[in-house]
Amino acid sequence: MEKGKNYILGIYSDEDDLLHGLADVKGAGVKIQDVFSPFPVHGIDDVLGYKKSRLPIAAFIFGLCGTSFALWMQFWMSGYDWPMNIGGKPYTPLPTFIPVTFEMTVLIASLGMVATFMIVSNLKPYGEPRIFDLRSTDDKHVVAIDLASNKMSFDQISELLKKAGASEVLKKDFE
Amino acid sequence: MHVVSPERVPLVRGGKTVHDVTEDICRQVEGKPSKLWYLAFSISLSLLAFGSYCIFMTWWHGLGMWGLNKTVGWAWDITNFVWWVGIGHAGTLISAILLLFRQKWRTSINRAAEAMTIFAVLCAGMFILMHMGRTWVAYWTIPLPNTYGSLWVNFKSPLVWDVFAISTYLTVSLVFWYIGLIPDFATIRDRAVGIRKTIYGALSFGWIGSAKHWSRYESVSLILAGLSTPLVLSIHTIVSMDFATSVIPGWHTTIFPPYFVAGAIFSGFAMVLTLMIVVRKVYNLEDYITIEHIEMMNIIIIVTGSIVGIAYITELFIAWYSGVEYEMYAFANRVSGPYWWAYWSMMTCNVISPQLFWIKRIRTSIVATFILSIVVNIGMWFERFVIIVTSLHRDYIPSSWAMFYPTLYDVGDYIFSFGFFFTCFFLFAKYFPVINMAEVKAIIKTSSLKVKK
Repeated sequence: MEKGKNYILGIYSDEDDLLHGLADVKGAGVKIQDVFSPFPVHGIDDVLGYKKSRLPIAAFIFGLCGTSFALWMQFWMSGYDWPMNIGGKPYTPLPTFIPVTFEMTVLIASLGMVATFMIVSNLKPYGEPRIFDLRSTDDKHVVAIDLASNKMSFDQISELLKKAGASEVLKKDFE
Repeated sequence: MHVVSPERVPLVRGGKTVHDVTEDICRQVEGKPSKLWYLAFSISLSLLAFGSYCIFMTWWHGLGMWGLNKTVGWAWDITNFVWWVGIGHAGTLISAILLLFRQKWRTSINRAAEAMTIFAVLCAGMFILMHMGRTWVAYWTIPLPNTYGSLWVNFKSPLVWDVFAISTYLTVSLVFWYIGLIPDFATIRDRAVGIRKTIYGALSFGWIGSAKHWSRYESVSLILAGLSTPLVLSIHTIVSMDFATSVIPGWHTTIFPPYFVAGAIFSGFAMVLTLMIVVRKVYNLEDYITIEHIEMMNIIIIVTGSIVGIAYITELFIAWYSGVEYEMYAFANRVSGPYWWAYWSMMTCNVISPQLFWIKRIRTSIVATFILSIVVNIGMWFERFVIIVTSLHRDYIPSSWAMFYPTLYDVGDYIFSFGFFFTCFFLFAKYFPVINMAEVKAIIKTSSLKVKK
């Protein structure tokens, strides 16, 4: 059996059954590849052992870039490259530069974070996504277990999933 | 003593299951539009067509087509700009501020409200471009290297801040809205066949709802909400500074930023109500957008309407208290000058009529809410008209006093923005899921009628 080809799918209808079921299945030593849900299930990260997303850090760094770029741009343009005397006001008043700096911070932070999110999650408008079960965007939670990365057989895992509250157990093979 | 808090009213009615949500929302995307939709769409297209003619004439002949004169240099153009930007604020408030406050009732209205935000900001931007006269040189407001030096833009001017503010606002709102749409497009994709599957497949960015993706999605939404909250407050603050940093009596006031932001939220919620009352009726979404949703929004209207009322009165008081002759005259002229009718329409529509929502029967009545929501937006248009035109039309020297009379092209360009707004909104309501399915599904278990029983 090759990795990433033969899967066993456990279907859940209820998010709390899913959370308990996942804990049971994981407790029995089954390696879970992924869980597909129609909506975010709170608490699933802890069960699956996912670390907190570092996207907020990315957003912060992008934001800092926006802030420093905006400040540099305004100081350089109105203080150094072509200083303009406007009503005798100072060339580089910091308070006056804050609105543009703030807007640039928000803009770069948002765009940078969203772009990072798209790239790390491999979200792109082209190509065929690998859909395990069409109902996972409707009303079912789908637990995908890669048979190749587990020592247990199909029947053993199937038995475990059913005992852990899965309403259906399916086999899914990819080419 | 043992106190039990009253049970909350369910947010989703009618014993809906998660699958029902998919069915109810996808139905209008997948089915043929109703006759009512075609009727409404053709009306908005004809407004758009008439407006396009007027805009073409304005561009072809220049701003002389408008009723502006040497004294009143800003009139309907900037009135419409401020009005549309203000309307946009409600969408961001619902999707960002209510998300941070964990208000679950926002889930069934945030999608349409954010769409409204984007279309309203586009309409607002349109008037900025129009009022420049030579729209084709609009890019001069952006600090781009040029052959004049480079001669840069004046970063000390609030008008330049506005360029940054409005374009950031549009971009961030669009991104926030689209991130929310991705999972719902995936739902539609997985039900579709043929060309529709290809289109919604591309729109859904290959979303599969993996747990890791949802986790990232949630942190992206939270951070975007955290960024949008100060952003939305900054937008109308900066718009108000376009006026407040000038030395025109009636404009030169420090109260403007909070007063403008409250007014923006006030008019935005009114527009959300106008649109949502129609959408829930046409698409049979009464189980999702319930009377409680409408009541909540009406409560926000009372709060912001009262803030606006206090701001009006404070303005009058400060004009008198300042002892500045010009300032006092500007306000006396507003209240009793030749534009008294505009001032009193504004006062009636914005301060008096929303107070009717204190009565529970009125704020839970669909008909009353619908009428009052339109009244509020009429009042808010007059507010901007009063601020702009009555402050300008009596210049310092009486020989420069003038009145402003709108021409067909002032009206026509305003009609264009309506045509554009409604055309976009109807297309959105047909091809996009009008309710955020994923977010509503997430609250089905905790907040629907099915569980409460």
